[in-house]
Amino acid sequence: MKTKLLTMALGAAAFAGVSTAASAATLDDVKAKGFLQCGVSTGVPGFAFTDDNGDWQGFDPAICRAVAAAVFGDPTAVKFTPTTGKTRFTALASGEVDMLARNTTETFSRDVDLKFSFAPVNYYDGQGFMVRKDLGVDSAKSLDGATICIQTGTTTELNLADYFRANNMNYEPVPIETNAEAQEKYLANACDVYTTDASGLAATRAAFENAADHVILPEIISKEPLAPLVRHGDDQWFDIVKWTVNALITAEEKGVTGANADDMAANSNDPEVRRLLGSEGELGAMFGLEANWALNAIKAGGNYGEIFARYIGEETPVGLARGLNALYTDGGLLYSAPFR
Amino acid sequence: MSDTHSQANQSIHYVAQSMLPEQPAPLSTSGPVAWMRENLFANWRDTILTVIFGAAILAIIVNLLPWLFLDAVFYADDIRQCRELGEGACFAVVTSRFDQLIFGFYPGHLYWRPILTFVLMLLAFAPVLHDNLPRKLLWFTAVFPLLAYWLLWGGSIWGPILIVAMVAVCFVVFRLLVTAINPTLSALATFVVAVAWLMFVQGPWTDGLSAIANVGLEPVESAKFGGFLITFVIGVTGIVGSLPLGILLALGRKSDMPVVKMICVGFIEFIRGVPLITLLFVASTLLNYFLPPGTSFDLILRVLIMVTLFASAYMAEVIRGGLAALPRGQYEAADALGLNYWQGTQLIILPQALKISIPGIVNTFIGLFKDTTLVSIVGILDPIGIMQPIRSTSEWNGIIWELPIFIGLVFFVACFVMSRYSMYFERKLDTGHRS
Repeated sequence: MKTKLLTMALGAAAFAGVSTAASAATLDDVKAKGFLQCGVSTGVPGFAFTDDNGDWQGFDPAICRAVAAAVFGDPTAVKFTPTTGKTRFTALASGEVDMLARNTTETFSRDVDLKFSFAPVNYYDGQGFMVRKDLGVDSAKSLDGATICIQTGTTTELNLADYFRANNMNYEPVPIETNAEAQEKYLANACDVYTTDASGLAATRAAFENAADHVILPEIISKEPLAPLVRHGDDQWFDIVKWTVNALITAEEKGVTGANADDMAANSNDPEVRRLLGSEGELGAMFGLEANWALNAIKAGGNYGEIFARYIGEETPVGLARGLNALYTDGGLLYSAPFR
Repeated sequence: MSDTHSQANQSIHYVAQSMLPEQPAPLSTSGPVAWMRENLFANWRDTILTVIFGAAILAIIVNLLPWLFLDAVFYADDIRQCRELGEGACFAVVTSRFDQLIFGFYPGHLYWRPILTFVLMLLAFAPVLHDNLPRKLLWFTAVFPLLAYWLLWGGSIWGPILIVAMVAVCFVVFRLLVTAINPTLSALATFVVAVAWLMFVQGPWTDGLSAIANVGLEPVESAKFGGFLITFVIGVTGIVGSLPLGILLALGRKSDMPVVKMICVGFIEFIRGVPLITLLFVASTLLNYFLPPGTSFDLILRVLIMVTLFASAYMAEVIRGGLAALPRGQYEAADALGLNYWQGTQLIILPQALKISIPGIVNTFIGLFKDTTLVSIVGILDPIGIMQPIRSTSEWNGIIWELPIFIGLVFFVACFVMSRYSMYFERKLDTGHRS
């Protein structure tokens, strides 16, 4: 009897928790706390890692800092919660973090069933293959019968099975748990092929002693649009995250950088730049922020292109080309809705 | 003896007159040669096995030693520089991120606080582990948990002081009531007082006293904890908390009172039936749904509670084994002396039962200490968890073995010390009651 009552009380508390978590105005909560709680991954080369001082750095934390700067005018008003692939969605749904910027692929079921809203995609990824050069393979179509290192329990595993079935080929999977394990297995010739997201492959290959002995095959077999996400049910907060990402993209398009943003805000003649940077119009006030919210977000870490170049671009050890992630004007997919 | 000898001396000349001096045993029956002959080359089967395993060990050493030590690089800026400097292991990652592996993201200028806490912890354990130290040190042991909490997390000093006050108040209440009504009821009343204190007095008074005199240390939030600091915080709290809880649960399980017995059995069987990982997930994710949003119930605190409860269930079963091993006569002797339940348990039953249980208890401690690495799965950056962000930096991406080797070494040292101490402790307490 006692335990039954307890269970019921807990159940009721759970319901109360879920409903309030979903309906509270996140912006007010964040402002009251004085900082943004941002979920990041526990470590992906270039995308999230800790520097010598123990601060989180990378492509994903940079998005968090931009949002913090948009809300508070201070890019350091953010605390990071490292989340694993298993805890990330509950951390967001339960309100432990205000947003996730964590290499998360936008999918139908995550949006509709798990009830998350995805901001604009900040990295278009896709699954690729890496092989040793001396195998003489130049296309994924000729991988019939290969042994393949594959992370278990991920979408990559399912994509791989689909691809090989569609092309009438066989393969032998070598299940692995982490990227570090994959590097070790692949280098020890336990598998001919390593498959994961192309960005991960590039970072892994860049870390090899003899990177030139390995090639990444041209085929990309899946779509992995990675985007920041927030809970359903708070459109104001969703808008803030969404338009912060858009602001970083538009800033690159318009040539606004972290260094020249102040100057552009004062002197630019482009009406959209003036609206974006808060010199004209009332865009910030429409969702409860200062007029110069986007200016602060851009000054936090630069525009999209600058963030990309700093953490994962071709000058870094990760060495990713812009590819799909170039602006639409350069033949990529980044296309922000206008600031009007 | 000498008489006979001297008489014999006169008549029988061919008998030796004195003992020959002792000589060392021949080389073939003592010393390393004999040992090897006896243990390694006793017959042709042993000889073959010795040669095979000797060759294997030699091969491992020859192959591993250069990588591990001779060609290893201990100081470098990144993995690329490491590879230029030497062929072997790149332990430069350990030296360059040593602070993070030990303290996590604890603020650098406050490292003295965890270090001081560690030294004080050794001091607090000393009187418990060695009985020839002054007993007054036990008072320090009693206040150490609060002191450690204050040193590690910082904040106002009034919180811990008020907790001490609460314990004192509870003690007085219990003493006053225990003579008036029965012990169980007075324990219950004391519990109510403690809960009331925590709910209504602790918070407001802490704020009030801080407003009057703001004495305290710079607060450090739990998110900054990591590395071996978190291993020790969770491990030591679990060890210290699970022993008394486990004793109570074991006694409760053997109790004649049906409700107490049922609760204890239910708790123990539930916890033992559920994997620790599941409990950690409950702590990290499910509890968030139960609690109203905005109540930040610290993740590390939640994990601490779960780990302690988990360990105490196992501890209870280990101690129950000790209780069951005592002959029935011991219980009856306690009754015959006119001791009540608590006196008998405290003076006769537990000292013997705990002594029998030492190997099992230490086994549980060591298991618990190593289980702390599971918290990396819920996103706490213990040594295992912190490997991933370190490996993801552009400086150290590509490092594979060096970090686990270092972490494994530290764990080995800690667990080996515990195991050795328990063997010493067993020998010391051995009173020869072996059947």
